[in-house]
Amino acid sequence: MKHPVIEVSDVYRYYGEVLAVDGVSFSVRRGETLGLIGHNGAGKSTLFKMMLGLIPVSAGEIRINGEPVRGSGFRELRRTIGYLPENVVFYDNLTGLETLQFFAALKNCDKRDCLAVLEKVGLSHAATRRVDGYSKGMRQRLGFAQALLGKPRLLFLDEPTSGLDPEGIREFYRILHELNADGVTVVITSHILSEIQERVERLAVIKSGKLQALGTVQELREAVDLPLAIHLILRETAEAVRTALQGVALVKLEIAGQNVVIECHRTDKMDVLRRLGMLAEVDDIVVREPTLEDVFLGYARES
Amino acid sequence: MIEFGQIRVIARKEFRDRIRNRWVIAVSVIFTLFALAIAYLGAAQQGEVGLRSVEFTIASLVSLVIYLLPLIALILGYDAIVGERERGSLDLLLSMPITRLELLLGKFCGLSAALSVSTLLGFGLVGALLVSHGGVAALFHYAGFMLSAILLGMVFLSLAVMVSVFAKDRARASGGAIAVWFLFVLVFDLALLGALVFSGGAFGEQLFPFLLLLNPTDVFRILNIFSADDIRAFYGLATVFPASLSNPWLLGGVMLAWMIAPLSLAYWRFK
Repeated sequence: MKHPVIEVSDVYRYYGEVLAVDGVSFSVRRGETLGLIGHNGAGKSTLFKMMLGLIPVSAGEIRINGEPVRGSGFRELRRTIGYLPENVVFYDNLTGLETLQFFAALKNCDKRDCLAVLEKVGLSHAATRRVDGYSKGMRQRLGFAQALLGKPRLLFLDEPTSGLDPEGIREFYRILHELNADGVTVVITSHILSEIQERVERLAVIKSGKLQALGTVQELREAVDLPLAIHLILRETAEAVRTALQGVALVKLEIAGQNVVIECHRTDKMDVLRRLGMLAEVDDIVVREPTLEDVFLGYARES
Repeated sequence: MIEFGQIRVIARKEFRDRIRNRWVIAVSVIFTLFALAIAYLGAAQQGEVGLRSVEFTIASLVSLVIYLLPLIALILGYDAIVGERERGSLDLLLSMPITRLELLLGKFCGLSAALSVSTLLGFGLVGALLVSHGGVAALFHYAGFMLSAILLGMVFLSLAVMVSVFAKDRARASGGAIAVWFLFVLVFDLALLGALVFSGGAFGEQLFPFLLLLNPTDVFRILNIFSADDIRAFYGLATVFPASLSNPWLLGGVMLAWMIAPLSLAYWRFK
């Protein structure tokens, strides 16, 4: 059986007395996109840094492609890893192209690819401009370009869309999708949960250094058992709605004129819809699943 | 295993940065102006103006180098690592296939190259004038002086890099660099003199020469003052410093040790 690309096994990390990462274990398959979410200070960045071998684990083990991180063979593996740190900082006195050429030299990859990578992230027009003249979004694009140098097989992206405009965000995820299709494994963090919920295969929820949950967005929704919301516009009386839903265990029922909001458990969804369908004058019906934000907050409340 | 290619990449970037932001040219001009002024006016108190022998010119320039070069080296290197850390670029650098030792050595080599070029350019003009004045023989002495000046610069650069690794932020690093300058350029010799006076010269003969080796600026001074007999006699140091310790190779070795020790400490901490 093939090794997972990333194996994190019972990892702990202490900063003095403070336990920043508390017995975290998970693995990431080749070509998978894993989202890492958690509040500020949850331990995501520490976990990132340990996976990149920037800081040692206090206990446990992390392997990338079967190779222990910080082991002697990891240096070579680093050439196949791309990393975009949160709040990426470059050298202001270099141009965008020179910046990439510097990192390409460190990664020992072909410097002639730099222009093509700049083109890919939409920065070729600013290739010869100094980085101190770049906007926040342009610096972020340059950071992404840097991470793409050397055709990486594994990408660690920490808040990669921070500072990007909507078009930039869409373009970023388009490139990421292409890379994914090409078998590149991605670990990504973002505070904008609505943005990543459709774009990752699995999510790891980190809270106070612990892995609280791991699974697809749907699995996490089901595990936390949040109610879904049904929004209706109808011409029936409030009484008719109440009568139709009699006997169903609803979480919430709000009727304001023609607008009705019903919250119910997933298991009751079909029953509620069937009963509402029997009402004669329904103009519109929208079923809203709990968002990733709801799920995340649900986990936060649970703990 | 060390990959020298990675050291070269970092060194080249550091050197190019200093060329591009005109650091090298600015420091060269400062050195040139001071060196010319001191070489021409060094004997003004004896009622003489103009270039003298290479030995006396070197003796005049030694003080300039001791005050200025360590300061410039410390300014150059104090934020080498802590600056990267504070800006937030250190993690990205270390995520590359480069070891901390290679990064440290790359920084040190690049900054050393910038300092060396500035020193050579800055003192080169006086050297050229001395050669035209005193013939090619003067070149040998003066080249030795410049080489030892470069060594002294690298020693203080090594100390600066060490401060940069140990400091938590740039403000503390700059404070540490100033403290290093004060310690080696001003305080050490004064403290030694004070100890000599208060002890009535009790430890003078045995210990004094060895204590001087604990200060790289003193090693530089001895290396250059003792290179010429007439200067030695002029300064009256011949009786203080034993001839066995004034071997240029030995003193060069001490300077080298002074360069390696702070870098090793820096690596140990950085690792």
